[in-house]
Amino acid sequence: MEDEKLKLITGSPQIHSLASTSRVMGGVILALLPAGIWGVWLFGPRAGAVILVSLAGAAAGELIGAGLMKKNTLADGSAFLTGLLVAYNMPVSVPLYVPATASLFALLVAKWTFGGLGNNWINPALAGRVFVFFSWTSAMTKWTLPVKLTGAAEAVTGATVLGAVKTGLADLGGPGGGGPVEFLKSLDFPASAFAQDLARGFQGLTGLETEALKWDLFFGLTPGCIGEVSTLLLLLGGAALLFTRIINWEIPFFYLGSFALLTGIFGGLPFGKGLFAGDVVFHLLSGGLILGAFFMATDMVTSPLTKKGMIIYALGTGFLTFLIRQYGSFPEGVSLAIILMNIFVPVINRYTGPKRFGVAKTKTKAA
Amino acid sequence: MSGIKTFPKGGLHPPGRKALCSSVEIKNAVIPPVLTVPLQQHLGKPALPLVEPGMEVREGMLIGRADGFISANVHSPVPGRVKSLKAVFLPNGLQTQAVEIEFFGEFDRSGRRTEGRKWEDLGAEELLKIVEDQGIVGMGGATFPAHAKFKVPQGTRIEYLVINGVECEPYLCSDHRLMLEKPREIIRGIRILRTIIQPEKIAIGVELNKADAIEALRKAAEAEGLPLAVVPLKVKYPQGDEKQLLKAVTRREVPSGALPSAIGAVVSNVGTVFAVYEAVALDKPLIERVVTVSGGAIAAPANLKVRIGTPIRSLIEECGGFREPPVKLVAGGPMMGFTFYDPETPVTKGTSGILALTKQEAAAAPRTFCLQCGKCIAVCPMGLNPTGLFKLIDHSGYARAVEGGLLDCKECGACAFACPAHIPLVQGFKLGKLMSRKEL
Repeated sequence: MEDEKLKLITGSPQIHSLASTSRVMGGVILALLPAGIWGVWLFGPRAGAVILVSLAGAAAGELIGAGLMKKNTLADGSAFLTGLLVAYNMPVSVPLYVPATASLFALLVAKWTFGGLGNNWINPALAGRVFVFFSWTSAMTKWTLPVKLTGAAEAVTGATVLGAVKTGLADLGGPGGGGPVEFLKSLDFPASAFAQDLARGFQGLTGLETEALKWDLFFGLTPGCIGEVSTLLLLLGGAALLFTRIINWEIPFFYLGSFALLTGIFGGLPFGKGLFAGDVVFHLLSGGLILGAFFMATDMVTSPLTKKGMIIYALGTGFLTFLIRQYGSFPEGVSLAIILMNIFVPVINRYTGPKRFGVAKTKTKAA
Repeated sequence: MSGIKTFPKGGLHPPGRKALCSSVEIKNAVIPPVLTVPLQQHLGKPALPLVEPGMEVREGMLIGRADGFISANVHSPVPGRVKSLKAVFLPNGLQTQAVEIEFFGEFDRSGRRTEGRKWEDLGAEELLKIVEDQGIVGMGGATFPAHAKFKVPQGTRIEYLVINGVECEPYLCSDHRLMLEKPREIIRGIRILRTIIQPEKIAIGVELNKADAIEALRKAAEAEGLPLAVVPLKVKYPQGDEKQLLKAVTRREVPSGALPSAIGAVVSNVGTVFAVYEAVALDKPLIERVVTVSGGAIAAPANLKVRIGTPIRSLIEECGGFREPPVKLVAGGPMMGFTFYDPETPVTKGTSGILALTKQEAAAAPRTFCLQCGKCIAVCPMGLNPTGLFKLIDHSGYARAVEGGLLDCKECGACAFACPAHIPLVQGFKLGKLMSRKEL
């Protein structure tokens, strides 16, 4: 036998799964891309500029944060993902210093002050978003009605569906009659010609009456943040993450499930209806819920370690999202709900440790 | 739920790669001109040397005497002359004294396959004595002296004798081939163990990827008239661990920190059972074992019956050398085995496999921070929190790690295999155990 160079001496195991941090991050990024492309198509090139600025801010934040710790971690992809999520949570018309600030805050304050990837207690992208939301609230709540929805020559500003319902109800000072969709119709909220055709065609084909507005929400022809509008593409991306087991099904399932349940039971109350009259579909399709449930609540670092913990966390997030959406002063509750539950993760982890093999139940103790 | 049994918690499916040599028949390996026989091939104290340089030895002659109860005899694998006593490194990093033997002369037993002893009339005491004399150790990898394991404490009822034919480590086929080619001998070995241990029930657990072995064992058991259950098990790592095997077969959990006897069970590997048979029926000490030589870098993977002390280089040459340069040489399976760099390292009683892994096979992600993904917790068969334990050990919190179950960890490597951040969890736990023994 020829004398080869020294062999690797490593501890067991000698083989490894193909999983890696950059694969996890890359998978999530790929799953997010279609929804972002949709956002750029819908809102125009400015949406692309917001995304690029967010990514640049994130890269800068990562380089500075990691640089201070004499590391180079750009290749793990997590900063890119944070930057992308920051951009997806921005309205298209936002001044470009807002996404830049949000990304820098996300990376430098939310992530690197705690020691970088894996050590942050709060989802960095959401921290960045909430930071700029409270810093530049009016810029962060100025929405654009895309021309592809209105058919107008130029994009005009207008409210999101959730915003329109919330302010409409507040102006009314009482219950709104009907449901959110009827209420939006009474406010002359537009539905795209495409969705109206689709609703008609669908009725012709199946005999079922559907609301054009919900088709718009499903495909993403609606005002909102750049990356949150296309429910369909986000669901496809989420399905890909579930299929490749990058995320666990527990968090999206119990998040959306508990939210849907509560909305179904209590969602009719603001419209003067009784219990069990909420419009679940409308609420599932609108706002940042799907983006949040599949891509942000599932962030490994800031979600619990065990399935039991994930279920508790997801139920809490669903409850808080419902609470903020229905009774809070903001139309949207996803970001805040996830951040609030992030705070509870260490406590949840403490009390939901795995059941040890060969140890009587009463004696289980978290490591 | 399918009817196929397994353990309920954790586990995973590393690529099996058994096809490389699962259909290659066991053949006798070439005996090299010089063999190096370590005096510590078992758990416990090393054997005391009985030979000096220049002495002539016969095949099967006692050359190292067990030092105490938890120790094992060592015999000369070949006839020849003692060249020297020297220190060698074993793949697990242990340095031990070894007897270097120059091989020449006549074999006393090689080729003799007839049962020389009327073993069916022997009692438990006599059989246990033979097992002890012949230096039998657990051949699944742990190399615990067999006589110590089989000696049932007085007053203990053993309900189950469970034979481990799981072989859940990827690549390895030595137990599989043994069950396929020597089922009758294994069943007779179990009969011997039955006399020693007096269990109420006997079961053999075999993973379903070895359906042919299950069949062969069932037939042999029937032919021998031995009532036992051959239990097919789901293919899942680490099904072959003692505690996971017992959970699957008996539905009982060995309590934390206890031995299988706590739930009235004794577990033994099929390789050990075969060695017990040969020791008792053929009066043959443990001087050879079946070794799987495999891995993507090996030209012609094979299952070889190897004399203890044979340098690994000789086995690799016999398998056609390397088809491409390996990045790692592994003794044992890829999940729990050890890397070594010196191809002169000898085969010991615990060497179930020799693997030469290619760069692609040994590929691992770069290490990053822990993502808190929880994969390690999901795959841990012992219900531990590997990432939490690792952090405690990393911060010298040994006592708290022990409290969290560190000593339950069997270093099966499932957590480290699955970890996307490629954190050296198993090394951490080995260190943690060492430090906790020192400190606590």
